[in-house]
Amino acid sequence: MEPILEVNNLTMDFGGLRALDRIDIDVKEGEIVALIGPNGAGKTTFFNCITGIHPPTKGEMVIRRPPKRNPQRLNGLKPNHVTERGLARTFQNIRLFPSMTVLENVMIGRHCRLRAGIAGAIFRNRATRQEEKQLVRDSYGVLEKIGLTRYVNELAMNLPYGEQRRLEIARAMATDPFLLLLDEPAAGMNPRETESLDELIVKIRDEEQISILLIEHDMKLVMSLSDRIFVVDYGKKIAEGTPEEIRNNPAVIKAYLGEEVDA
Amino acid sequence: MLTFTEIKRSFLVSVWFMFLTFPIMVIRVNTIENVVIWRWKNMLFVGAGSFVLSFVWRFLMRRKEVGSKDAEAGGTSKSIFQRFMEEKRLYYPALGAISVIVVLFPLVFSMYQVNIMISGLTYVMLGLGLNIVIGLAGLLDLGYVAFYAVGAYAYALLNYHFGVSFWIALPIGAGLAALFGIILGFPVLRLRGDYLAIVTLGFGEIIRLILENWNEFSFGPSGIANIPRPAIPGIEFTLHQNTIFIYYLVVLLVVFTIFVVNRLQDSRIGRAWIALREDEVACQAMGIDKTKTKLTAFALGATWAGMAGVVFAGKTTFINPASFTIWESVMILCIVVLGGMGSILGVVVGAGFLILIPEYFRAFSEYRMLAFGAALILMMVFRPGGIVSGMRKTYQFEGIENGEASDKKA
Amino acid sequence: MVSPAPRFLAAPRNVAQRNGLDSMDWEYTAELFLGGLTRGSIYALIALGYTMVYGIIELINFAHGEIYMIGAFTGLIVTGVLTMMGWNEVAILVIAATVAMIYSSCYGYTIEKIAYKPIRNAPRLSALISAIGMSLFLQNYVLLAQTSDFLPFPALIPEIGWWKPYSHIISSAEIVLIITTAVVMILLNFLIKFTRIGKAMRATSQDRKMAMLTGVDINGVISMTFIVGSATAALGGVLIASHIGQINFYIGFIAGIKAFVAAVLGGIGSVPGAVLGSLVLGWTESFFTGYVSSDYEDVFAFIFLVCILIFRPAGILGRSDTEKV
Repeated sequence: MEPILEVNNLTMDFGGLRALDRIDIDVKEGEIVALIGPNGAGKTTFFNCITGIHPPTKGEMVIRRPPKRNPQRLNGLKPNHVTERGLARTFQNIRLFPSMTVLENVMIGRHCRLRAGIAGAIFRNRATRQEEKQLVRDSYGVLEKIGLTRYVNELAMNLPYGEQRRLEIARAMATDPFLLLLDEPAAGMNPRETESLDELIVKIRDEEQISILLIEHDMKLVMSLSDRIFVVDYGKKIAEGTPEEIRNNPAVIKAYLGEEVDA
Repeated sequence: MLTFTEIKRSFLVSVWFMFLTFPIMVIRVNTIENVVIWRWKNMLFVGAGSFVLSFVWRFLMRRKEVGSKDAEAGGTSKSIFQRFMEEKRLYYPALGAISVIVVLFPLVFSMYQVNIMISGLTYVMLGLGLNIVIGLAGLLDLGYVAFYAVGAYAYALLNYHFGVSFWIALPIGAGLAALFGIILGFPVLRLRGDYLAIVTLGFGEIIRLILENWNEFSFGPSGIANIPRPAIPGIEFTLHQNTIFIYYLVVLLVVFTIFVVNRLQDSRIGRAWIALREDEVACQAMGIDKTKTKLTAFALGATWAGMAGVVFAGKTTFINPASFTIWESVMILCIVVLGGMGSILGVVVGAGFLILIPEYFRAFSEYRMLAFGAALILMMVFRPGGIVSGMRKTYQFEGIENGEASDKKA
Repeated sequence: MVSPAPRFLAAPRNVAQRNGLDSMDWEYTAELFLGGLTRGSIYALIALGYTMVYGIIELINFAHGEIYMIGAFTGLIVTGVLTMMGWNEVAILVIAATVAMIYSSCYGYTIEKIAYKPIRNAPRLSALISAIGMSLFLQNYVLLAQTSDFLPFPALIPEIGWWKPYSHIISSAEIVLIITTAVVMILLNFLIKFTRIGKAMRATSQDRKMAMLTGVDINGVISMTFIVGSATAALGGVLIASHIGQINFYIGFIAGIKAFVAAVLGGIGSVPGAVLGSLVLGWTESFFTGYVSSDYEDVFAFIFLVCILIFRPAGILGRSDTEKV
């Protein structure tokens, strides 16, 4: 089966600094793929390239959205167009809309799936009213899936840290993605929260048929979740394979320089 | 709390300010006749004033610190206005009472009062328009007055050259202003925050300077006179009747503005503006077209300025570039900031404070701009949310029944 | 409310007569060049303070133009008092400039404490609005305490006798201005590069939190920046006022805006950049008014500003920084 995300030869230069060097990565439908590597290895840059925040210097990025699987290039698309095509992401340093409520945050996620324009907003015609109702229903549905309904009218900034991370995932899911990009979803979480995150990610994959590509430092989480793992260091891909293969890969162990890679 | 240290601190502050303001407040020189006037009385005023104010300042500072600790502890304090809005039993009768006052106003009060009200209401329109750009979309536009000028000149020039009536000029002025909003919005899309403020300020000044210098087009600094007042065709108004007519017209326009802005902020586009204000990167990553969202904010904000401009030209019958300086922009900014960014009621309250109070306290009119400046600083330091702070409506979800989303805006 | 802004600087003396003539006239070109140099030096004295403040706390200090204006007013007041007492011109100039610098520094220090320090951690929009408020306040403070009229400012910089024949090309006052700017720039550069406080300033501008953790007294550094920047502006205020010959409460606004253009053009946050940007702006303005039109001088400056900010927001010597995502 052809991969739903295929990145070939991706290179990104910042001035003289090569942040990414000929990276090849692919994600197949229904997979949970992890991207790991030491700090500053270029993982977040990789996300930023795919999602259109930084235009890459070189390389090809192609998606094939199920079920039709027409190949579409991501190169040169603006972030909002990437999201429209079915890639949604979260951020390493949480970027919610702090003074909007939890529900409103999720409603923003649905923005690109709605049609209402200025005239619709002013005259609030039948179609707009219906759309708004559907929007609330859908958004609440997403919150139910993620388990955030008890905070529905709370301002995002008043949420506990772990729940903010979950809200970011909810917001991303509201955009109807086929592939979810999670940037360090477990950062700053306590072990209990991490465990429930683990369950949540699996649930998203199994019940929503959304494939997942995640960046993560928590090796326990990565090893238990991932179908495949890519390892980058200094902008280069140094290994790929199943958790088992990665665990025993000498190059990976070296890259982490004594950092324990036990699960 | 009047401990010795407190008094000593205030005393030092007052000495410092007496020193600081000494040359400018006390001495006045005339270099031609070589005369120096010493005004020692002023020094006393400054000393006494700063002594008292330093107590007030420290008191407010302490209160602010306590307040922020409360907020951290999770306590949400609601403003009087917010509680008032939530209490339906009070809200509707109050709204009714205000409507009655507004409708009866010109029948009870003098022409002079009605004129003040008209200008106050015009500023409500301007404030509501700018509120879209600053309060909702978070784009600090310091050249807003340019769109006001576009509207006013559109009516004046169209009337001068082609005899276009007020009623036709009103939508044209609004449309032209919106168009200008988009034209000026395009180049500044990439800029954020303070650079945006400076560039829009630059645009505002460019338009004013062009109006001032391009005599063939705009008649330069002397401006355009004899602009007809709005009227109903076929009916002869006296000046008095006409003013009352304009008053009701402006009231209708304000109601219309409130209606539209209210709908806009509760819509898909309104949410996108707020999201843009909160976090531009995340907003784009959630699939919102930044360019389109910013441009609609500029255009829709400018529309109201254009309309207000046409009304202004029709009301005063004379316009010149001096009415459209940067300080006019700052004044509208004051209205929005003072009232509470992002809140409709805030803008109305802000316009009330800034336009009506100085008008009714004529004796202090010279101190008006001084007070505005101070108000902007004090607001930012002590109450950044504005008088009506925390008033942004959030969508309140109340459950789903029978597959129907039942909801309510609160 | 406010009378239309008077032109910040007069157009080159003889544009009107020259317009019809052969514009290749080298003397005229040289005059425009030197006029531009003077203009540039004037902008630079104000732009330096802008750029330093922005470099440290990333705030467009709208009130900076007003500090310059207050410097000029203080200078005028001191001059008035001393003239009445019959002092010598040069002595008056030195004392007026010194007092103006001291007072403006105090104003800068106080302004920072009142309007910026309490909201240092608030959104940038708040600080900017506060700065606009401060600018409005100071303008009207001087307007009310002094006058709204233009006040004549005596020419304090004496004409040097043997230079007289050449003074139609560049007057000795202009030479003093240019030299002062150069000296101030060199001193500031030295201050930032080689002194302890300069090091602390650079650290603060790079990362305020980190600087604080390593023991830099942030409040002290920020205050110091305001003091130095304000003193520079005041020095400019006195010299420029004496060169142009009149002041009012509104001179700070246009001067502030133009200096800001210059600072941005050079790369805001950079001291040599501010001077370079000022010179470029001075020359382009001078040649524009000299060869094209003097009516649209200010329009030109604004268009220049808009173009720079849109096409090269980092300026000539600035480095562009992208937000970390």
